[in-house]
Amino acid sequence: MSTFALIDGNNFYVSCERVFNPALEGKPVVVLSNNDGCAVARSQEVKALGVRMGMPWFQMQALARKHGIIALSSNYTLYADMSNRMMAILRQFSPHQEIYSIDECFLGLDGFNLDLSDYGQQIRQQVRRWIGIPVCVGIAPTKTLAKLANHAAKKQPQWDGVCDLSSLSEAERDRLMDGIEVGEIWGVGRKLREQLTAMRLSTALALKQADTAFIRKRFSVVLERTVQELRGISCLGVEEVASNKRQIVCSRSFGLPVLRLAELNEAVSSYAARAAEKLRRQFSLAGAIHVYITTSPFREKDPQYSQGITIPLPEASDDTLKLIRAVQWGLKQIFRPGYRYAKAGVMLIELGPAGNRQSSFFTDEEKESRSSKLMQTLDSINRKMGKDTLFPASSGIARPWRMKQGNKSSCYTTDWRELAEVRC
Amino acid sequence: MPPSSRGGARPGAGRKPSSDPTTTIRVPVSQKAVVLDFVKQRKAGLPLSHCLEIFALAEHPPRQKFPFMSHAVRAGFPSPADDYVEKRIDLNEELIQHREATFFLRVKGHSMVEAGIDDGDELIVDRALVPEHGRIVIAAVDGELTVKRFYQREGVVKLIAENPDYPDIEFREGQEMLIWGVVTRIIKSV
Repeated sequence: MSTFALIDGNNFYVSCERVFNPALEGKPVVVLSNNDGCAVARSQEVKALGVRMGMPWFQMQALARKHGIIALSSNYTLYADMSNRMMAILRQFSPHQEIYSIDECFLGLDGFNLDLSDYGQQIRQQVRRWIGIPVCVGIAPTKTLAKLANHAAKKQPQWDGVCDLSSLSEAERDRLMDGIEVGEIWGVGRKLREQLTAMRLSTALALKQADTAFIRKRFSVVLERTVQELRGISCLGVEEVASNKRQIVCSRSFGLPVLRLAELNEAVSSYAARAAEKLRRQFSLAGAIHVYITTSPFREKDPQYSQGITIPLPEASDDTLKLIRAVQWGLKQIFRPGYRYAKAGVMLIELGPAGNRQSSFFTDEEKESRSSKLMQTLDSINRKMGKDTLFPASSGIARPWRMKQGNKSSCYTTDWRELAEVRC
Repeated sequence: MPPSSRGGARPGAGRKPSSDPTTTIRVPVSQKAVVLDFVKQRKAGLPLSHCLEIFALAEHPPRQKFPFMSHAVRAGFPSPADDYVEKRIDLNEELIQHREATFFLRVKGHSMVEAGIDDGDELIVDRALVPEHGRIVIAAVDGELTVKRFYQREGVVKLIAENPDYPDIEFREGQEMLIWGVVTRIIKSV
């Protein structure tokens, strides 16, 4: 029988901030999305106040004033480094690791002949001690159940942060699953939850006991697999090799509404440059690029407009300058004057490996090799001297549209000039 | 059938008998006399050196100069240091025991000058180490990170300042103090 552990950082972003700023301990803290828009992480205290994930900051202003909620801009540089440290620590606990997201990973614990609850506690304590991040551990015979166990470990204090379903009897497991809402199950999104609830399959236990043939017919094989996993039949293994992304997105809200084409041009160019950099880092080429612009749905009085366009490239490419030319052309097609644009985005699609570049009859090989050298130089300078040391002029220099990050903490672990201070 | 008296070997017939087996060779007509003379002399038992003019190899031939190739040859004679090439010293490896658990912090203040920690120094802090009595530690006190010497003896826990102008921080029952990490190195600019 298989055994999986799911380890998940509690309120990960908030916890990262607290490591270097202990004054945030015990206080209600939210981390806001790019541009200080919506809550992307909430401390326990904020959750208790009823602030939901994704709630826009302006909607919680009154609550924030009343309870002294501290709002921080997101510091993804810090979170990424803390995540890398956490994953490296967890790797010591199993030869099989699947990094599932920035703050959670699966470990394969097949054949670990020891008390798994104890092992889970060791994992918890080591992560806590080494990097100061509290985590919860769920252990079970399938990945879906490990997720569920992790949820229980977080919500139910009796587990002390580690819930091992493999040590429970069937009846005990069922009782636990009866208390968990179907929407909490891995792979059950909001829409599916509504449909299942309407069919009285509103708990994890109800779904576990549903007829698999019916589920497959009425929903999908994927949900049928979920049912099997809830029954303890492992259908999903640990995927150790992170697959390359199939699309690369770079989209951001503006710091202030943008009206002019020139500024939109700067913004989409800089997003394309960022996306191209990511593309080259995974050694892929893009076959097409999509660009979109939109007004703010929160400014209800403003006239609304949003439009996007996909531009196929004559040859798959990873050249920043070519991609910028394509998005600028696309932007010109969709831009309409007279709107207050709040957000733009660029998406690279039809990605393929860079090794398989297909030249066309008209390809100028010498030009291609010069462009690839230019891109390598660009990337290596930016890696060495810091992001945006070299950038295409079309991305603009003043960039008034850039997002607000009013209350961002320092890059304590990645920038020598921004080390945390210690009182002496 | 009785043996026949006809045919077979006849005594005294055929080639003249010779002590040496012979063979036929062709020689240039102009040299026929030289060769016959040589064979005659050899048969007479004269030594080889007498029959022919022979130059023996000199035991010490004269020296000849050759140019010496003073530059490295491209085909590559291996560098004699090849076996001794080692990685250059890496401070991350020398000074950091637990990579994931190690952080750098910058000092602000003067309470630890007698321990050699000055304002503006950087500290290497290892969170994986167990804080023991006497070690210099980072602690979270009143929402701030602070660096002090850790004292833990006979139930008394305190953080000691290494500067007479600064008070120690003492803890009573129920009061919370969190040790953040253990200082392993001080980095100074000189």
